[in-house]
Amino acid sequence: MTGTTTSRLVLPRYRREDAASRTPVGSPDYKSTRLRAPLRTPVDLPHRLTEVTGPLLGEGRVTAADADLTRQHDGEPQGQRIIVHGRVLDSDGKPVPHTLVEVWQANAGGRYRHVVDNWPSPIDPNFTGLGRCLTDGEGRWEFTTIRPGAYPWGNHDNAWRPAHIHFSLFGRAFTQRLVTQMYFPDDPLFFQDPIFNSIPEDVRRLAISRYDHERTVPSWALAFSWDIVLRGRDQTPFETDDDGDVA
Amino acid sequence: MSLPTTPSATVGPYLSIGLAWADGAYAVAPETPGAIWIRGVVHDGNGEPVVDAMVETWQADPDGGFDHPDDPRGASAYPGFRGFGRSQTVDGGQFEICTLKPGRVPDGEGGLQAPHIDVSVFARGLLDRVVTRIYFADEAEANAEDAVLRSLPEDRRPTLVAERNDDGYRFDVHLQGDRETVFFAV
Repeated sequence: MTGTTTSRLVLPRYRREDAASRTPVGSPDYKSTRLRAPLRTPVDLPHRLTEVTGPLLGEGRVTAADADLTRQHDGEPQGQRIIVHGRVLDSDGKPVPHTLVEVWQANAGGRYRHVVDNWPSPIDPNFTGLGRCLTDGEGRWEFTTIRPGAYPWGNHDNAWRPAHIHFSLFGRAFTQRLVTQMYFPDDPLFFQDPIFNSIPEDVRRLAISRYDHERTVPSWALAFSWDIVLRGRDQTPFETDDDGDVA
Repeated sequence: MSLPTTPSATVGPYLSIGLAWADGAYAVAPETPGAIWIRGVVHDGNGEPVVDAMVETWQADPDGGFDHPDDPRGASAYPGFRGFGRSQTVDGGQFEICTLKPGRVPDGEGGLQAPHIDVSVFARGLLDRVVTRIYFADEAEANAEDAVLRSLPEDRRPTLVAERNDDGYRFDVHLQGDRETVFFAV
């Protein structure tokens, strides 16, 4: 297939967000950003074909078992069993169906199963901390896991990360790609965490899940709910004709 | 109605638990005719390699098509080609993606873009992804016509141009410094 080079293409337009409502790429209190976060102002990239498309992954990449992090080994992991669920929406409120959701997390003691994590909290032989699923037709996703623990890190004196689960999402366009962290309500460690506090104050609440008693399973699991909102489209795609009128 | 979007956060140092795929680097199988390797190192502000980053690529197929329903020309099928690559920087901060060179893609306004690959870089110490583009040094004519490249100061354009080598192209990323790569807001 070759592209039409002479005609104008009507493309979806993804809403650009005010920098004040986005997490900045660098933040002085998070020390690792100092040599890594670019210092120049990024250049606006027009949303053209490469940006309004993106990988639609998942078929063959995910099995139903990948959504239960408590059943990936012979035994069950230590810790508080929880259900974490929600929807993936775009900012117009429309669900994002059949999109890949990848998660990873520490175990109940706050230890990652990773070669560079070696603080003195035990590895759980029954917990890897990896989950994957596809959203359903209404954008819903759900994982069964254990509540991750907090853990210390070297950013500042006696620094501890609040408990969190890492999320990676694609949406349906390159513009929508998102990697983020989900927190738990009322975590007493928020005040000293530069990663959580790098989020502009008025949108920090959007990174925190909600305790969801309705979705608990009696005598089995607690539940937390969290909706993920990806950038949506401008309401109406438009193009101009040769006279410059909006078609 | 417009809902506020979920704020991003750093991918952190333990990304390989969740994001490593055995086939991540292969946007196309390496034995495919025309397959190229794009390799490069991600550097920090001291010029040191970043050994815990992840580079993702998204691009058109060699005919300039996308296997995606939002392409108004119709979704293109290019068997065996995923268009997407994902590689962690491990040994010496190097990433590697096996792919096919993309074709030229319409700019939607009557012109053609030069062959390019959209790139996201994620790492500990980056609270959001950073986005850049790979162009190709052996496409000088197309590059000279490309609206995105032309919009940049001439002395910064080379940060986006991959150099040809034996089995593909070399594209280094400089997160900071005199040679800071051009990064884009999307």
